[in-house]
Amino acid sequence: MIAFAGLLFGVVLGIVVHPTVPLWLEPYLPLAVVAAMDAVFGGLRATLDRIFDEKVFVVSFLSNTLVAALIVFFGDQLGVGGQLSTAIVVVLGIRIFSNVAAIRRHVFRA
Amino acid sequence: MRPRGWKAQLPVAALAALLGFGLVVQVRTTQGGSALGTARADDLLRIIDDLTARSDRLRQETDDLRAARARLTTSGDKAAAAIDEAGKRADTLAILAGTVGTHGPGIRAVVDDPGHVLHADFLVDVIQELRDAGAEAMMINGHRVGAPTYVVDDVVTRVIDGAPLTQPYTITAIGDESTLASALAIPRGIVDTAQDAGAKITVNPAADLVIDALRPLSAPRYARPAQVG
Repeated sequence: MIAFAGLLFGVVLGIVVHPTVPLWLEPYLPLAVVAAMDAVFGGLRATLDRIFDEKVFVVSFLSNTLVAALIVFFGDQLGVGGQLSTAIVVVLGIRIFSNVAAIRRHVFRA
Repeated sequence: MRPRGWKAQLPVAALAALLGFGLVVQVRTTQGGSALGTARADDLLRIIDDLTARSDRLRQETDDLRAARARLTTSGDKAAAAIDEAGKRADTLAILAGTVGTHGPGIRAVVDDPGHVLHADFLVDVIQELRDAGAEAMMINGHRVGAPTYVVDDVVTRVIDGAPLTQPYTITAIGDESTLASALAIPRGIVDTAQDAGAKITVNPAADLVIDALRPLSAPRYARPAQVG
């Protein structure tokens, strides 16, 4: 599947290029990555459910990362950035877990 | 998976690539360098507080240890000075007690008394006169003169500390040469007395005499040191 090829390509690119994260991006990148992982696992589940839609995936991916970054940004402005980051990680972690559980049921029938 | 068109999948692949890229970059950032770079302001403040408190504690410990070292150094100096002082006292006492050999300027008096006219009191007078003149160590015929030294008459010989003296009597004394010599030569003094009695006496000052006779050191049986102060 071309998406896996893309993921692999991105990993290799990151290893090869080894860029420095700009300072303004540093607080947001980890949460954006977690949000993107949530979207990817959601997409994988949808694929297994045979309801995958490219448009939905792209929109959910972008909005997930943007909203996560925005929440952290506003949290930082309000002085509760650390707590909001934790909240986002918890919420997204739960979603990733449930998505993975659904995928597992599909794959292993259990 | 049902097949899809390449074009429809391209954005998905691009986003997946973006995720992989971001993942690797983030992991690299977290692993490489210190975690401080990505820490938040209040976390940094807390870390600074911790470090400040820790450095205060360490500084306090440094001060304590430095003070202890200063204390030990001064007490060590005092101990060394006390040992030095005690060593000097031990040297002085050893010379007085006659337990070490000694050398220095002094006189050697040789008394030849063929008629045995000079009695023990003459030798006691000699010892007393030399002590009075500041003699610090004395030896008569190889007998070290110490605090308990006594001289008595046998029938014809003189006995010092229980050992008979043979003639001539050779008296070696360490002290100021001229003072010792003049102490023996005063009118009606030792030299006059010996010569009047018919004995021969010669007194020779010397710049460096050796007294190598030793006295055994006996611990006092009755006298105990009194606590001073």
